[in-house]
Amino acid sequence: MTKRTVELALATPGTDAQGQPTRVPLVPDEPDLGGEHLLINLGPQHPATHGVLRLVVELDGETVVRVIPHVGYLHSGFEKLGEYRHYNQIIPLTDRTDYLSPMANNVGFALAAERLMGIEITPRCTVLRVIACEMSRIISHMVWLGTTAIDLGAFTPFLWAFQQRERIYNLQEMWTGARLTTSLTRVGGMMADVPDGFVAGLREFTRTFPKTLDEIDRVLTRNAIWAGRTQGIGVLTAAEAINYSLSGPMLRASGVPWDMRKDQPYLGYETYDFEVPVGEHGDVYDRFLVRLEECYQSNKILIQALDRLPDGPLNVADPRVILPPKSRAMSDMEAMIFHFKQVMEGVKAPVGEAYAGVENPKGELGNYLVSDGTAKPVRWRIRPPAFINLASISKMAEGHLLSDLIAINASVDIVMGEVDR
Amino acid sequence: MNPSVDALRATFGNAIGRASELRDGWTSVTVQAARLREVMAWLKDTAGPRYDYLVDVTAVEYRDRERALEVVYNLRSLERKTNLRVKVELDPRGELAVDSVTPLWAGADWLEREVYDMFGVVFAGHPDLRRILMWETYAEGYPLRKDFPLRGRFSRSEQVRQALNANPEANYSMEELSIAEAYDELPADMRDRLRRGERGKVPESE
Repeated sequence: MTKRTVELALATPGTDAQGQPTRVPLVPDEPDLGGEHLLINLGPQHPATHGVLRLVVELDGETVVRVIPHVGYLHSGFEKLGEYRHYNQIIPLTDRTDYLSPMANNVGFALAAERLMGIEITPRCTVLRVIACEMSRIISHMVWLGTTAIDLGAFTPFLWAFQQRERIYNLQEMWTGARLTTSLTRVGGMMADVPDGFVAGLREFTRTFPKTLDEIDRVLTRNAIWAGRTQGIGVLTAAEAINYSLSGPMLRASGVPWDMRKDQPYLGYETYDFEVPVGEHGDVYDRFLVRLEECYQSNKILIQALDRLPDGPLNVADPRVILPPKSRAMSDMEAMIFHFKQVMEGVKAPVGEAYAGVENPKGELGNYLVSDGTAKPVRWRIRPPAFINLASISKMAEGHLLSDLIAINASVDIVMGEVDR
Repeated sequence: MNPSVDALRATFGNAIGRASELRDGWTSVTVQAARLREVMAWLKDTAGPRYDYLVDVTAVEYRDRERALEVVYNLRSLERKTNLRVKVELDPRGELAVDSVTPLWAGADWLEREVYDMFGVVFAGHPDLRRILMWETYAEGYPLRKDFPLRGRFSRSEQVRQALNANPEANYSMEELSIAEAYDELPADMRDRLRRGERGKVPESE
């Protein structure tokens, strides 16, 4: 018997059937904590909740028993504001919903408005919008990759991803003049054509970007820590994913091959050659794989779009919808009248309604517009993919550890501007 | 026209109202509020239509006060790649109530809460119907209703007064506090404040 065992033995009142010293609490009358649940408040100001999300978590030890999400801290009433604005005035509001992919939101709204008004956009505009959407997908996925890697303790991919995101942001700034508030589209066209040097710059990006993806792939995909933290975490089966109305990478990671670009194509996506990555297990790891592969595919689409970018007019030739060029408005009476009427009265939409669903980086972004024949919509509804995806977090986190809840929350890819609108 | 509409009419008769082809390629069909749950369950589970995916739940109130408030359900069949818009018309001056479809689609949970929060439509049978985007003690009404002014119902000074009087403990619901099992140990005055701050009540309303 060592000294320590003797001391332990002496400190206990006796031995049990196996001859081991019986354990007694060191402090008399210490309460038994087993089975008592703990309430933890995570957020709304917390770096791992990716914005002002608040999760009230019930814990049994370290195991999550229940998650009660609270959203709405960033609610700005965009849908209400939209009812008081002309269609083109709503476009700046769409920038601020999913602020990690503003250009894709602009496109989504413009498509809905054009569907409502029955406008056919020009071929050049169509291809430029595809470029805008795919650029947005890359920046959004780069932010996701970077921040999720940080949440799970990998710092390097964050730097690599943000470096590439910065290159796209430079191109975006060159085109729209803004990094975030792009307001790129107009009903029936675009705010501006691409400037000189943009096409060459984007070509250079598409040439070098896959190298970074390869590096991220090498540092994460077969990384034991990364796989250990993400595999088998937050699993949703295909049936559950459909039942929870998930969309985008969340739905595809669960094995449902649904992509709006393939299945209900818009902007001529059916003419591009790309694959839709589909997961198998529906866990955090598969969501990572799906998003990583989507970056490769977006890059492929960008190359094809640049190759086929046609010349020709950018905007539809309808002076009731598109503002005449400023030089003409200053010299030509008729152009000035159209300019005045459009700014003062806006573009009138016929009575009716239209829904346009587009495949945004987060999932299916729907814009549902109802018009009563005036220049302002009666109802503008955003189907927010991040909001609907986030609703499944309670289901996913049940029974996992608290640290896995961080991974699960990151895997949803939320952006609170869109969740709360 | 979407063949499901004829099938719906054959099955549910006059519970199905008018149907129309919309310019976004969707078909819209109006359903009697009382039979909504039945119709939705049929659309979801019957082999022919098989609208297994709920895209969205929202509501539309028109500027024309005479027009009905519509609760809009956007459905999709993933295998057939077709869409269907189901609408329920409610009288905006009457009681806004319709059956919840959350038992059919778990995804409807937050969407219905949002419609309740913004329009005041009560979804009967919803497991946890409370405000989602606005805070639970929000007392100005339902923001997306047409009679709700853009700046809100209360004056700015009233809004500030309420914000300053707000009860920090009201950030937890009673249900959440019961997790901690500490509720019973709280002093009586704190428990009282908590109770007053709970679920949709203005602190001084009692």
